[in-house]
Amino acid sequence: MINAQDINEKTPWQDLTPGGEIYEAGTARAFNTGVWRTNTPVFHAQACKHCMLCVPFCPDSAIPVKDGKRLDFNYMHCKGCGICENVCPFPAITMVTGGVPHD
Amino acid sequence: MIKQLSGNEAVAYALKQLNPDVMGAFPITPSTEIPEYFAQYVADGQVNTEFVTVESEHSSMSVCIAAQAAGARTVCATSSCGLALMYELLYVAASCRLPITLVCVNRALSGPININNDHSDSMGARDSGWIQIYAENNQEAYDNVIMAMPIGETPWVRLPVMTCMDGFITSHAVENMQLLDSDVVKRFVGEYKPENYLLKKENPLAVGPYDISAYYMEHKVLQAEAMKAAKARILEVAAEFERISGRSYGLLEEYRMEDAELALVLIGSTAGTAKAAVDRLREKGVKAGLVKIRVFRPFPGQELAKALAGTRAVAVMDKSEGFSANGGPLFSETCSALYDCKERPYLINIVYGLGGRDVTTGDIEKLFGRLANIAETGDIGSVYTHMGQRSREEIA
Repeated sequence: MINAQDINEKTPWQDLTPGGEIYEAGTARAFNTGVWRTNTPVFHAQACKHCMLCVPFCPDSAIPVKDGKRLDFNYMHCKGCGICENVCPFPAITMVTGGVPHD
Repeated sequence: MIKQLSGNEAVAYALKQLNPDVMGAFPITPSTEIPEYFAQYVADGQVNTEFVTVESEHSSMSVCIAAQAAGARTVCATSSCGLALMYELLYVAASCRLPITLVCVNRALSGPININNDHSDSMGARDSGWIQIYAENNQEAYDNVIMAMPIGETPWVRLPVMTCMDGFITSHAVENMQLLDSDVVKRFVGEYKPENYLLKKENPLAVGPYDISAYYMEHKVLQAEAMKAAKARILEVAAEFERISGRSYGLLEEYRMEDAELALVLIGSTAGTAKAAVDRLREKGVKAGLVKIRVFRPFPGQELAKALAGTRAVAVMDKSEGFSANGGPLFSETCSALYDCKERPYLINIVYGLGGRDVTTGDIEKLFGRLANIAETGDIGSVYTHMGQRSREEIA
C-alpha cells in the first residue's frame, strides 16, 4: 500500500493505486491551493478589533486564531475570494490585485 | 434441479441465491421483472438485501457505486435508455474499479422509441470499461450472473461486470433450465472481502479523487491492464463453474467449426437460431459453422482469429447499427482480430435484427448461400449490408 506523500508526478503507473484510491485522510492539507489565487487579502493588525467575524466566513482555512486573537492570513489554502474583506466591519482587511500580498 | 423459468425469473433467482448487500432498483422494459421478482424475495425475508428504490437509472447506478465503495456487494438491472441514462456512472464505476454486477436486458435504444431487442444499448457502453458477457439463452443468463462476482471481485481484476441477455427473446421466454443449489452458489461466490472500503474504520479511504493530467493516463493504463488480465480470470471462473454445474464456457463458443469453410460470427440468442440452420446445412453437406462471442469485453481477438483460421468466407452479424458507415462494432473487432492472420477469409458484415426484427433459420440459410457464392467466386459485393428490412431491391 502506497501513501499519498510517496506519490508524485514521477511515480510509474505500476505503483499507483487502482482507481486513484487514497488510503489515508486529510491529504488536502498538504496540497498548496493558494497558488490558484488572483486576488489577495492583506491583514492590517493595528486596525483589527478581533471581533472574529471573518473567521467563520472564510470558506477555507486561511485565518488562524490563537489565544482569542486573529493572526495574519495563512495563504496556503486562500483562494482570494474576498469574503473576509466584505464582512470585516473595520479597515483591517484590504484586497490587492495579484496572487501575492503587498501594500 | 430442473425448472421452467423465463430469463428474468432465472436472473432474479440467481440474485436471490447470491443475496447481495444492496440493489439499486429502477424499472424499465424488458428488465423490470428482475427488480420486481427480487422485491418479492426482499418482502418475504428470503434475502437480506438493502433494496433501494430510486428515481432514475442514473441514481440506481449511483447507489451501487456508493454502496460498493463502502464495502457492499451490489447489483442492478436495466435496459435500453436506462443504461443510456447510467452512461456517466458506468465510467465512474469502472474507473473507481468497483466490481458491481449489472444485468442488461438488451433492448433497442430510442429513437424511434422501441421496446424490443437489439444490442444498441450495451454496444453503446462497450468502451465504458465494463466486462461484458452475453447469454444465448436462459441457462446462460442464469450462469453468467453467478460467474460475474468471482470474476469482477478478483483483486487483480476489480472491474464491474455487465451480463447481457436478449430482451423478450430470452428475458420473457420460458425454457427448461438447470438451477444450482443455493448452498453451492453461496460457496462458489464466497464473501465479498475488498482490501479497502469506505466503512473500514481503521483505514480512512478516499474514492474517486480528481485526477489531473499528471495522473489520469497512468490510472487508465491500470484499468486497461486489468481488462487484459480479466481474460484469464474469466476462463478460470468458467473452469470452477464447470466443476459445480457440469456446464462449460469459454470466451467464445465454436459450433461445428472443426472443418467449417463458411461461418458466422454473432452474439446472443440468434446463435440458437443459427445453430439450427447450421445443422440443416450440414445435413446437406455444406461445411457451415458459427462462432458465438460470449465475452465481448475483454474481446477475445486471438481466440476468434484461431477459430476462423480455416474458413473461406465469414459473415459477421451485428445486432446494432454503429453508424460508422463502415460496419457494426462486432465487425470492426473481427476485422482487427484477423488482420495479423496470413490466410484471411473473405469477410462481410450483416446488420440485422434491429428493434426486434425477427431473424429465422431461413434468413440464416440464405446468408450461408451468399457466403458460398463469395467463397466460390471471390466476389464479396457490398461488404456492409443490412438484413431483414423491406426493400424495393432484392436483398442477398
